[in-house]
Amino acid sequence: MNKIPSSAPQAIPNAGPDFERLLGQEVVIEATQGSALTGAQSIEPDHSPRASQAGSSAQVRQLPRAGILSRTSAEADVQREVEQFLYLQAELLDSKHWQAWIDLFDAQGVYWMPVMPEQIEWEGSPSIFAEDKLMMEIRKGRVSHPNAWSQAPMWETNHLVSHVALESVSDTEICVRSRFHMMELRRDSVRHFGGRYQHTLIRGNDGALRIRLQRVDMFNGQASFDYVLQIWV
Amino acid sequence: MKVEQLVEPDRVHKHVYTDQAIFDAEMEKIWERTWVYCGHESQVKASGDYYAVTIGRQPMIMVRQGDSSVQVLYNRCPHRGVQLVGNLHGNTGTSFVCSYHAWSFHLNGTVRAIPLAKGYEGTRMTRDNPDCGMKRAARVDSYRGFVFASLVDEGPSLTEFLGEARIAFDDMCDRSPVGEVEVVPVCHRVMQHSNWKFFMENQLDALHPSVTHQSTGISAGRVEKRIKAERGSAPLYYHYLSTFASSFEQWDAVQTINFPYGHGILKAYMGLRPQDPDTLEHEALLVKAYGAERAEEYLSRSIHHVLVYPYLSVQSPLQQLRCLRPIAPNKTQSEIWHFRLKGAPEATYRRSLWYYNLVNSPATMINADDLENWAKGQWGLQSNGGDWVSFHRWYGDDREENGVTYSNHGTSEVVMRNQFRAWTQYMLA
Repeated sequence: MNKIPSSAPQAIPNAGPDFERLLGQEVVIEATQGSALTGAQSIEPDHSPRASQAGSSAQVRQLPRAGILSRTSAEADVQREVEQFLYLQAELLDSKHWQAWIDLFDAQGVYWMPVMPEQIEWEGSPSIFAEDKLMMEIRKGRVSHPNAWSQAPMWETNHLVSHVALESVSDTEICVRSRFHMMELRRDSVRHFGGRYQHTLIRGNDGALRIRLQRVDMFNGQASFDYVLQIWV
Repeated sequence: MKVEQLVEPDRVHKHVYTDQAIFDAEMEKIWERTWVYCGHESQVKASGDYYAVTIGRQPMIMVRQGDSSVQVLYNRCPHRGVQLVGNLHGNTGTSFVCSYHAWSFHLNGTVRAIPLAKGYEGTRMTRDNPDCGMKRAARVDSYRGFVFASLVDEGPSLTEFLGEARIAFDDMCDRSPVGEVEVVPVCHRVMQHSNWKFFMENQLDALHPSVTHQSTGISAGRVEKRIKAERGSAPLYYHYLSTFASSFEQWDAVQTINFPYGHGILKAYMGLRPQDPDTLEHEALLVKAYGAERAEEYLSRSIHHVLVYPYLSVQSPLQQLRCLRPIAPNKTQSEIWHFRLKGAPEATYRRSLWYYNLVNSPATMINADDLENWAKGQWGLQSNGGDWVSFHRWYGDDREENGVTYSNHGTSEVVMRNQFRAWTQYMLA
C-alpha cells in the first residue's frame, strides 16, 4: 500500500525549456464564422431531417392570455366568487367530502382528465378520468366501501389552487382557468401532481355556480405513475 | 438455493420473487433469450419512426426502415457507449446521430459516418469492422403486426414460441373486417412495486376478483341496477365493473387452458354481443368480410385474457394489452396499450375505450386494489413469516392432453403451476 507522504512533497521533475515551448499559443479555436459548417455538420450536412425533439415544442400550445381584468366592483365580485368556488372544490376533495364535491357539478357535469393537452372531446378519448355523475357515484361508492383494500393505508391530499384567470363571463356561463398543485401522502410516501384546471361553470336559476366541465391537465399525466390515482385531483 | 429446490409441483419458495440473484438469472436466461414483445408496427409508421423499448435489462430501439421493414437495435453508440436516442419515441430522420461525437448510423444500424475517420486508419475500429455499427437484436419477427425480438440466434421461432397463444392476436385482428388493428398512440405506464410474477399469476387468477374488487363491483352493480330500472337497460361499461363482484361459483365455472412456455387463456364470455344497432352493424361487417360461418366463429370466442408468458396480458375482445418490463425483484413497469379495429364502426372502439379508461387507466377503479395486493404480497414474501407460496387449489385435478393442461375449475391454481413449469425449464436450460 502506498503511504501518503507526511513530510515535504517531492519536487516535480523539471520538464525543461521544451515544455515551455509546447505551451506556446499556436492554434486558436474560434466559433464557426458565417456559413461555414460546424464539425457535426461537416460529416452529416443535413443533420438528418428529423422532427423537433419531444422536449422542445412538439405540440403547438396556445399562447396564454391574461385573465379578464375586473374594472368594476361587480366584476371584482365575480372574480372573487369564482376563486372562492375553486378553493372550495379543492378543499372538499382534501377533506374527503365526496358527495358534497359531486354536488358541485350540475346534472350534466363531467370530470375529465385527458392524457394530452391537444385532446378536446371528453367522450371517445383515451383518458385518465372521464366521468359523469353516475360514474362519480360509483367511484365514491368504491372508496367508501369497508373492503376498499387500497383505502386502508394512511392517505391524505393537499391542494393549492392559484393563477385564477377568467376567460369569459356571461350571466349564465363562466370559463375560468387556474393552476393547481396537489401533494398526496400514501403510507409514508409523498407524491406530487400539478397542472391546469379549466372549469366551465354554469349559473343556475338559484344564482349558484355549478360545474358543467372540470378539465384537469396534469403536467405529469404522461409520466410513469408510481401507483395510481384513486380519487379525483 | 438451486432452482430445482425452489420449485415443487404444488408450491414455490419465496426466493423466486425476492432474490436479486434469481432476478438477474431470470433476465439472462428468460428475458434476454426468449421472444419479447417490442410493440405494434403502427407505433412506427413512417421511415425513421422509432420507439425505445427495454428487453430484459437491454435498452433497445424499434425503428422503421426505409424499405418499410422494422428493425430492433441496441440503443448504444459503438464508439463510447452513449445511448443514441434519449426519449421514448420520435422520428430520427434517415440516421441516428450520436449527441457526443457525431458518429452516425443508417436506420439498419450500419455505420454511416465517423468524424475524423482518418484518425482511425490502422486501428481495428475502421468502418469495415462490423463492430462500428449499432448491434442488432439477433432475431426480429412479427405476427399480425405485433413485433417481437429475441436477443439470441438459437431457440424456437416466433410462431413456435407463441403456439396456441397466438389466438391473442388472431382474436383481436379477426374482429376487424380487414383483419388488422392500429395502435392508439397513448401508452399509460404504471409502476408495480412487486415482482413481475405477481401480475402474471393474477391475470388468470379467477378467485381474486370478487374478493379484491368487491368494493368497485358492488358500487357499480348498485348504480347499474338503478339505471336498468329507470331505462330498461344499462350501457355495457357498468357491466365491466359490476361483473367483478360475481360469485365464487360463477368464476369457478370458467375454464383455464394452460399451454407450453407458460402461456394461458382464461375463458369467459364478456357479454359483448348485446343486440343493439352498433353491435349488429359491426357483426354485419364481419359477415360481409368473412362469411357467416367464420364471422360467427370469431364473434363467439370465449376469451377473457390471453397470457403470453412471461410479460404480456392480452384482452383481445376489447383490443387492449398490458406488457411488463421488470426493473428489480420488487419493481415492475407496466405499459398499457389499446387498439382500434381497422374498418370497424366508431361505436365498437368506444365500447372498448370505456374498459381502457375505467379498468386500465392510471385512475383505474380495478387495478388500484390489485397493485395494493401485489405490493403487500411482495412485503409478505420478504419476511421470515414463512418460506413457501402455496399453489394447492385443485391440485391433482389437472388434465393434460398433448402438452396442454386443462382444469375443470376456473379458480384452479393450475395457472401458476403451469407458469412455474415453464419458468423452471427456462432457468435450467
